Amino acid sequence: MTGAGPLPAPSTPLALVTRRFLRHRLALVSTGVLAVLAAASLLAPTVEGWLGVDANAADLFNRLQPPGPNHPLGTDEAGRDVLVRLLYGGRVSMFVGIAAALTAAVLGTAVGLASGYFGGRLDAVFMRVTDGVIALPLLPLLIVLAALDLQKLGFSAETAQSEGVSLYRIVVIVALVGWTTVARLVRATTLSLRERPFVLAARAQGASALRIMTVHILPNLASPVIVATTLSVGNVILLESVLSFLGLGIQPPLPSWGNLLTNAQELIWDAPALAVYPGLAIFVTVIAFNFVGDGLQDALDPRSQERGRR
Amino acid sequence: MLRFLGERLIQSAVVLAVMSFVVFALIGLMPGDPVDMMISADPDLTSADIAKLREIHGLDRPLAERYGNWLLAALQGDFGFSRLFAKPVFDILGPALGNTLALLGISLTLALCVGLPLGIWAAVKPYSARDYAVNLFAFAGISVPSFWLGLLLIILFAVILGWLPAGGLGTPGRDAWTDKLIYLVLPATSLTLASVGGHTRYMRASMLETLRQDYIRTARAKGLTERRVVLGHALRNALIPVTTIIALDFGTLFSGALITETIFAYPGMGKLTFDAVMGNDFNLALVCLLLATLVTLAGNILADLAYAWLDPRIGFEGKIQ
Repeated sequence: MTGAGPLPAPSTPLALVTRRFLRHRLALVSTGVLAVLAAASLLAPTVEGWLGVDANAADLFNRLQPPGPNHPLGTDEAGRDVLVRLLYGGRVSMFVGIAAALTAAVLGTAVGLASGYFGGRLDAVFMRVTDGVIALPLLPLLIVLAALDLQKLGFSAETAQSEGVSLYRIVVIVALVGWTTVARLVRATTLSLRERPFVLAARAQGASALRIMTVHILPNLASPVIVATTLSVGNVILLESVLSFLGLGIQPPLPSWGNLLTNAQELIWDAPALAVYPGLAIFVTVIAFNFVGDGLQDALDPRSQERGRR
Repeated sequence: MLRFLGERLIQSAVVLAVMSFVVFALIGLMPGDPVDMMISADPDLTSADIAKLREIHGLDRPLAERYGNWLLAALQGDFGFSRLFAKPVFDILGPALGNTLALLGISLTLALCVGLPLGIWAAVKPYSARDYAVNLFAFAGISVPSFWLGLLLIILFAVILGWLPAGGLGTPGRDAWTDKLIYLVLPATSLTLASVGGHTRYMRASMLETLRQDYIRTARAKGLTERRVVLGHALRNALIPVTTIIALDFGTLFSGALITETIFAYPGMGKLTFDAVMGNDFNLALVCLLLATLVTLAGNILADLAYAWLDPRIGFEGKIQ
């Protein structure tokens, strides 16, 4: 026991959740780590300026330099600064992770909400589709989707070859296969919410289905969706890094943590250190997102703690 | 039970059929087609020749018709020729499947031997220092990029220490099984480390839940030692959901081995799938993807069967009776 007296009981639900989250030490540390990583990645151009280097300019006279004052983590096989490229890679990897997880969450919520609220034949069709998507072999399918020729899909040659297209493509394909978890979760919650008195009351007042779903049910879905989305950001970052590593995700010269490792594998005998940093960045980010998700789960759903923090 | 099995088999067949059409269509959307590949071999072809070639190979037909032809041949056991290997697709699958199953068998066994005891050990003393440590280890396991782990293993054991080969299936010219085993050490370790975290977490959660049941309190009240309570009374029930999850995860493991196999140049199904997609080997890629789907579907059915069989309270309709 410390000297301080017992804290006054928090009065609002938000205060309760905040307090439970703050008690989860690993989640708290992870939030800090993520904040630092995000800030550092956003400040990549500033760091570039401080060091007086250019992230994309090759300098073949200074290939594979060891760490020094100008290059805190050394240089890569084209003489580019490793630290700055790592920070720019962080921007891309984190953007993809968050954007794809959010897109999947929106898609999954829409499917789950409609399925759970309307039930019947719509529900049957949506759930069979969900079962089907879950049964697909994720990684091989993503590889095929990433290899598709955008011009055959009707995009102009200009779009298909533009630099940013690999970024959006990966967000779309990961979201396309990743919405099922949220859809099932939302459907199950909606099924139980649909019969609750406040929904019946709204219906008795003549509220439209759309209004009941968005105004009355949606806010009550926030907790499970937030937890599932946070946990899936880590997964998406892992998937992005695998695809980029295999040469199918983010296309160089745009750096991502995954494609930084592609070059590193070729240089594994000459410069093993290059293979360490990007992987470490992925690892730390993913584990931090998982801890935050775990902490949020405990904070938003107190019963989960009794059930053993699953 | 037979009715349940029948329904699930029909459902799976439908998923497989839909999947075969989707993949067939997707593969048609990949860059290039078989005729493009031939053209690059002969620069003197005129555009009339190309159109004729397309016609001969049926590439000018609509998608549904091409799929129908493929399906008709496939149902008779003819999955076509592999472009990369210049062999019928089926002759290539056998050895690759064998290699993958060997790798998966070893990794899964190792992961279970480590993960399950670790999960139980942590659950017996929840929220203690060792539970904390095990949790940390499990989270690290599910968060580490498996291809990076593979690279680190190569750096440490092949580059720095030089103890183990960096990849491949065996030393050329040597056929002893011990030689093959040495080549399996790094890929199997990498795959084990990638899946052990999940097993640990499932086992811990399931054991915690079981230890909260009334009959456990009864067992303790009888004065049984904690050891007998956990291993004699709780373990059997705690393993039920874990078994299900392992069966459900088998498909993920099967297609997830793709990365490990590619990193270590291990000629299994995963590497074959990757090479087929990258090398525009349409027939082979199609069959590889369908096989991976089949494995996932089989895992799902097995999970349901195991659940109903292990826990008599659960009927085959999935309801508590």
